[in-house]
Amino acid sequence: MDIVLQQVEYRYQAKTPFERIAIQDVSITIPSGVYLAIIGHTGSGKSTVLQHLNALLQPYAGSVSIGDRVIKANQKNKNLKDVRKRVGIVFQFPEHQLFEETVEKDIIFGPMNFGVSEDEAKRRARIALKQVGLQEEILEKSPFELSGGQMRRVAIAGVLAMDPDVIVLDEPTAGLDPRGRKEIMDMFYNLHKERNLSTVLVTHSMEDAARYADQIVIMQQGNVVKQGNPVEIFSEPEHLMKMGLDVPNVVRFQLKLQEKTGMKLDTIYLSIDELSTAVREYIRKDNRL
Amino acid sequence: MMEKMIFGRYVPVDSVVHRMDPRSKLMVIFLFVCIIFLANNWITYALIAIYTLFMLGLSRIPGRFLYTGLKPILWVVLFTLVLQILFTKEGHVVVSIGSVKIYNEGIKQGIFISLRFFFLILMSSLLTLTTTPIEITDGLETLLHPLKKIHFPVHEMALMMSISLRFIPTLMEETDKIMKAQMARGVEFGSGPYKERMKAVIPLLIPLFVSSFKRAEELAIAMEARGYRGGEGRTKYRQLYWRLADSLQLVALFGLTALLFLLRS
Repeated sequence: MDIVLQQVEYRYQAKTPFERIAIQDVSITIPSGVYLAIIGHTGSGKSTVLQHLNALLQPYAGSVSIGDRVIKANQKNKNLKDVRKRVGIVFQFPEHQLFEETVEKDIIFGPMNFGVSEDEAKRRARIALKQVGLQEEILEKSPFELSGGQMRRVAIAGVLAMDPDVIVLDEPTAGLDPRGRKEIMDMFYNLHKERNLSTVLVTHSMEDAARYADQIVIMQQGNVVKQGNPVEIFSEPEHLMKMGLDVPNVVRFQLKLQEKTGMKLDTIYLSIDELSTAVREYIRKDNRL
Repeated sequence: MMEKMIFGRYVPVDSVVHRMDPRSKLMVIFLFVCIIFLANNWITYALIAIYTLFMLGLSRIPGRFLYTGLKPILWVVLFTLVLQILFTKEGHVVVSIGSVKIYNEGIKQGIFISLRFFFLILMSSLLTLTTTPIEITDGLETLLHPLKKIHFPVHEMALMMSISLRFIPTLMEETDKIMKAQMARGVEFGSGPYKERMKAVIPLLIPLFVSSFKRAEELAIAMEARGYRGGEGRTKYRQLYWRLADSLQLVALFGLTALLFLLRS
């Protein structure tokens, strides 16, 4: 399912003295099956963009098409359930949305709202739980007696059990330790591949964007300032740094290396392995060092 | 939908009313609430209306904002009006439709009571629109200070008030966030049959309670960690200043009170 944003503008508290433009002229295309990362500082409007992806917010100007449903500015949009069923959002600190007595009930809450039968929902809950790396024993526990990391995983399972075509992640690893962070990010990446999902990751981690994304969108002060694949984006690191954004460690290392040794590699490498192979090749070929 | 709420909202505009001392504003509101009951005929209500509109004008709060913010209240006002008209049985009958009789006193009473209600809301909104919560609590604390003599916990009350006011926006934001998270999971707030709507509130309220308790605990720890030990010997960072405008405002209100006494029937 493709999602296309066309010149979307959104204003918070429109028509009050507090009116504030959150995003403007944002055009992004998210083709089916793509892993897209949206990067920007706090307040750059990335979370606002995210909420347009399943019509939680409706544009003030412009339009958003989600599959064959088009959401335009200035019109009442009803029956958004269909859209929301197909686009699952994992919000920042998703553990805050837990409320049921047991983990199982919480996980099946989403699917059942979308009309899935209880048995089917329970079956999905077990699959989702395994996917997020939790044991089945946990199903009968109260979500509030779990550790923070477990709660996060349960909340994610609740979204996965909806079986969406598109999964939207808003800083899914905020506040986790480095190991948990990597586990969760790898899990989403595997899911993306296995289920052929479209994934939208909102983050300010350049490392994650470089490692997982096919496409990167950079936002600043409510505008899209750059779009492209990771190699394109990171091949102009000075531009990023000028915007106060980081570049991945590998890229920084490559730049330092080129500067110190005078070697010239023809492209930017985003993983340490690729970079080391390229450097080895370079040395062998030129035998210069 | 939360965005349009006007209660407890501070609108940062620069105006005479904004710059006034919170003590004088609190005194004025308190007195106003008392004297509005003096009005009982058209002239006195007109005086109250002029006074309220004058104060609103001075505050320079955009009219459109006031209107959208107060729109939900207008329904309550209208409701009181209808109730009064239907259930007052004094004076002579003006209209009668079947068994329902409408009396002229009913219409008059209805209009007066809903006007009173409306002006009360307008004036108290004016207080919160032009005074930051922290100023209001500071003002209250100083005004109520004499009660300390009879061991009334003035400081604690003021602290409780400022904490609860301080967390209204946070709570609203949180409500919005959780609502959206649950909407993404297929909950539809504010549509469908009533039973469904009531049920939809549970996934919103429980997370809100949980996070409020957590936040309260964190706040208490943070305050203790910074050495908070109650109001004893605590000095103030923000000082209150009584200016000419404050005295004038009180004088104007006393004037209004006198006029109301003279003109009421």
